[in-house]
Amino acid sequence: MYGYTGKVLHVDLSKGESSVEEVDEAYCRKYIGGNGLGTRLLYDHAPAGVDPLSPENPLIFAVGPLAGTTAPTSGKYIVHTKSPLTGFLGEAVSSGYWGQALKQAGYDAIVIKGKSEKPVYLFIDDRKIQIRDAKHLWGTDALEVLDLIRDEIGDDNVSSASIGPGGENLVRYANITNDRHRQAGRTGVGCVMGSKNLKAVAVRGTGSVKVADMEGTLEHCKELYDLCQGPLTGAYRSLGTQVSVMIHQNQAALPTRNWQESVFEFAEKIGGEYIHPRWVVKTIACAGCPIGCDHVSLVQEDPEGEVLASVEFESIYALGSNCGIGHFPDVNKAVDLCDRMGIDTISAGVTLGWAMESYEKGLLTKEDTDGLDLKFGNSEALLEAIEMIAYQRGKLGKLLAMGTKAAAEQLGGDSWKWAMHNKGLEYPGYDLRGLKMSCLGFNTSNRGGCHLRNSAYDWDLKGKVDRFTASEEYGALVMARDDHYSITDSLILCKFSRGVLDTYEKFAKIYNLVTGFDVTAEELRQAGERIWNLEKAFNVREGWTVKDDYPAYRIMNDPITAGVAAGHLVTEEEFKMMHKAYFRERGWAENGVPTKNKLRELGLHYIADEIGVEDE
Amino acid sequence: MSERRAVYSDPEKCTGCKICELVCSGEKEGVFNPLLSRIRTIRLNTIVNTSLACRLCDDPTCVNSCPRKALSQDETTGVISVDADKCSGCGWCIEACEFGAIALPSDRKHVIICDLCGGEPRCVDLCPQGALSLKNAEETSQNMRKKAVSNLLKAD
Repeated sequence: MYGYTGKVLHVDLSKGESSVEEVDEAYCRKYIGGNGLGTRLLYDHAPAGVDPLSPENPLIFAVGPLAGTTAPTSGKYIVHTKSPLTGFLGEAVSSGYWGQALKQAGYDAIVIKGKSEKPVYLFIDDRKIQIRDAKHLWGTDALEVLDLIRDEIGDDNVSSASIGPGGENLVRYANITNDRHRQAGRTGVGCVMGSKNLKAVAVRGTGSVKVADMEGTLEHCKELYDLCQGPLTGAYRSLGTQVSVMIHQNQAALPTRNWQESVFEFAEKIGGEYIHPRWVVKTIACAGCPIGCDHVSLVQEDPEGEVLASVEFESIYALGSNCGIGHFPDVNKAVDLCDRMGIDTISAGVTLGWAMESYEKGLLTKEDTDGLDLKFGNSEALLEAIEMIAYQRGKLGKLLAMGTKAAAEQLGGDSWKWAMHNKGLEYPGYDLRGLKMSCLGFNTSNRGGCHLRNSAYDWDLKGKVDRFTASEEYGALVMARDDHYSITDSLILCKFSRGVLDTYEKFAKIYNLVTGFDVTAEELRQAGERIWNLEKAFNVREGWTVKDDYPAYRIMNDPITAGVAAGHLVTEEEFKMMHKAYFRERGWAENGVPTKNKLRELGLHYIADEIGVEDE
Repeated sequence: MSERRAVYSDPEKCTGCKICELVCSGEKEGVFNPLLSRIRTIRLNTIVNTSLACRLCDDPTCVNSCPRKALSQDETTGVISVDADKCSGCGWCIEACEFGAIALPSDRKHVIICDLCGGEPRCVDLCPQGALSLKNAEETSQNMRKKAVSNLLKAD
């Protein structure tokens, strides 16, 4: 096969064994790679109802057929597991150089099961698999460990994906870090890695990636690179995602102080336009990316020494406006600390925002916070609390390490009313009360509150739909985006290429040049739908019911207080109306479960028997 | 020397995407593999990124160091050719090159060096950031002069 290696590596950490499974062309075509492949492997290898932190929960890394080629933004990988944060599908995408290394080592995916008795790291040295002692690495931060492993092996071509103290200490939203500034950030994939006593997966790949039509691929990539340097990606290249701070601010869509407000008085001071001339020192790109969106900031005025960090919009929202912090050097430092600790900045910032509101409302007292004055805007307390979370230190650290949903359940009172999550996954920085298509799209996401399963916000913010009006039409629009992004995440391409690779025809062209297949746009669309249904089937198997999709209480009850969206919220009735329309479009039953007919139509026969419901 | 054009990389524009490595191996070897590329990207401490290929030195240390006379330089273009039959893969030239521009892939016994793709390097053509260019000494120094003046006078 071209593009694919046709190999899945299985590692059992309990037994210290590994084996290689061959997958054929039909299987690759059906699940594409990346997200599709990883979800299929998760469905097959996770026992139904598995405890996410038990050795039986698999941790799966997958790359796409385009990884290691010149296809624009293709150097990505995706991690799947049952999430310890949500109890549903755990899924997180990262980029950098690691994915390319795994493809060169000769694998499309790795399935890691079991649990090592002591800390170890996995070294995939092409076909040679070693489980190495990591006692001396346990406790190191998520960035320094990458250099330590590279130096220990003695080869700059080694790329590692690792956890920090957060993963080691089972913070429910711990992430996996590679190549210094890239993370598989969401749903606690690093927590599962920590539960297996697995510090890192180091890869040295020396093999070649073969494509069916080399000249055709190079020529086509040249065209795509030119487009990637044009207006379709301009914002990513000039200011990066940091540009969104002021866009959201002006639309009253920038969640502030745990979503009590949607406009932040210091937004300007943490926005891209302000940050760039002062602190941004370099723009870097991931392997195979012709765009380059990572605008690295260096803050030299810190008394404890200079801080170099990769700070994108979601982190600025979560640890900035959402915690009432309006001084960029403080945000930069908080992001760097989260990155070193190996915890997701979005979940950390939203959980801390929830804690700050609970503190100001008197539900959390100084006794609960170990004396920390956890009010909004206190950046010293924020930094201290991040460390407490990563090490599960004190009552506060243990409480917040559970994530917003579980923490609110434990704290009790009314605190669940300001717990800003869906299915346990903390929301990203889009105030859904005035972005009604997004409200449907973010809450029907199979991994919980997420902007990257369909980017419905593009429709709301760019005025393609009336953002303040709930509509049944959003059902079809969101579904189309879900399925499209399922292919983006399976090939795997970066979401930031979406203006350039925006149709199934364009996906098919690059996919066929690389693989030599002759897939049609319609075949890819159906594969996208198949992958989305497969994800959903996993969630249904793990206990999903219709209420799990409902937006957070605040979105349905506390209107936006100021700005152009003042007075808006999404009522329960509005959400239910859009939700039903979405299920209808998907051909699912009224209770939101895929029907046997739909699953069979998509070629998911035994899953149809396991979880499908009869047509109504 | 001054007329010869080598592949020049601008560290300010280079993002470390390594596309040049993939393009080079695709063009020269028919597969994607950075280890088979004649140009290589280096990223140091996140913010230093650049690519390196043969500089077409005058009186080149690699050619002079070869015990088997396997390397030779074209007088006009400056391109270093490798006689695969003569080269034993001893790697002496790799140590002699001050730019790390020579590689010895593990699957063969002779070294590989940038040959400028016959005058139109594919890496330069595909570099998405326009960081790579084919420049002679005068063009390079003019470029540096412009940058220096721009930085000193803070003008664009």
